[in-house]
Amino acid sequence: MWAFIHKFGSPPWFFRFASTAVRWLLPVVIGALVFGAVWGLLYAPPDFRQGNSYRIIFIHVPSAVVALAGYYVMASAGLVSLVWKIKMADTAMRAVAPVGAALTFVALVTGAIWGKPTWGAWWVWDARITSMLILFFLYLGVIALFEAYDNKAAAAKACAVLSLVGTVNIPIIYKSVDWWYSLHQPASIKFTGETAIDASMLYPLLVMIAAFYGLFALLVLVNMRTELLATYRQSAWLRSELG
Amino acid sequence: MHPKRKQRLTIAVLVVVLSSAAVGLVSYALRGNINLFYPPADIVAGKAPVDRAIRVGGMVVEGSILRSEQDLTTVFEVTDYAGTVTVSYTGILPDLFAEGEGVVASGMLLPDGSFRATEVLAKHDENYMPPEVAEALQGAQSADSPYRQGEGD
Repeated sequence: MWAFIHKFGSPPWFFRFASTAVRWLLPVVIGALVFGAVWGLLYAPPDFRQGNSYRIIFIHVPSAVVALAGYYVMASAGLVSLVWKIKMADTAMRAVAPVGAALTFVALVTGAIWGKPTWGAWWVWDARITSMLILFFLYLGVIALFEAYDNKAAAAKACAVLSLVGTVNIPIIYKSVDWWYSLHQPASIKFTGETAIDASMLYPLLVMIAAFYGLFALLVLVNMRTELLATYRQSAWLRSELG
Repeated sequence: MHPKRKQRLTIAVLVVVLSSAAVGLVSYALRGNINLFYPPADIVAGKAPVDRAIRVGGMVVEGSILRSEQDLTTVFEVTDYAGTVTVSYTGILPDLFAEGEGVVASGMLLPDGSFRATEVLAKHDENYMPPEVAEALQGAQSADSPYRQGEGD
């Protein structure tokens, strides 16, 4: 068990692992995205009140869900980096930030596009939307902080602290629609109790959420692999790896 | 675990716990400002300020929508089933504005207790279903109600 975890800290092992995983994940993720998008956008029925405009849910919800989950991945990598000083954890933290920022941005933009025809406004400063905007700035902050230091170890330390402090925002985003009066509707998919979304719309949505998780893993692995290529371009193991 | 790592882990956990506590206390103290709107019950109880822009949110009461014949003015009642506020608005309403649906109106509370809105937004609920399912549900409800009325007779 420990030996297996230790392998993740080894750049040569991780480089091989990432290369193999990317090769397998790429077709699976593309297939799931196409399948989920076609199912959701073409075959799922329209909503009884919103008509077809609700279909943005198949992009909006998966990107928001994975943006939140991705933050925990980044913060966990930050914790490992801070406590155990493992360089691969720094690499992981740095690789997650741009992917998370992009997903948060997609969630905000698709939400605005949906909000205009549904609510009548592109943007409202309600608790859910504002806390999601803070998440976007946290991701951007981690990216900027990494670039602000010349010393990589110092940069990783600062980013780890920022991402750990930022974790407080995640439950706030998740519960914002229940704790405060907001314009954003409460969650339709519930872990306990009856789901408020019809099965014919729920299944393609779940496919898209799974596909976005896969997409997140794929993009993070590609980013980490790229960073390893840049860091170890002079190393013998990388040269032999690339043949 | 190495004592040095243990110490760093303790510090990291403390950072998370203390910052969560700080943010929790701040948002608890500011909870009134984080709420997007006042429920009608608070407005009826006089908890909402009269002289500045606020929002009111709730359900549009069935059968309460009155449309002016001269201009785009609409008057309707908003309720949270504990209080009701009369809202007047001049302008184009969102497509999803309807009786029995959620709404958030921003504007000013007038001294007579009614609300003059400058913007009306539709608040969508979390229910998503195809039109056939909605019709079936509606059908089941309207099939139910005459039966219950018949029982009363």
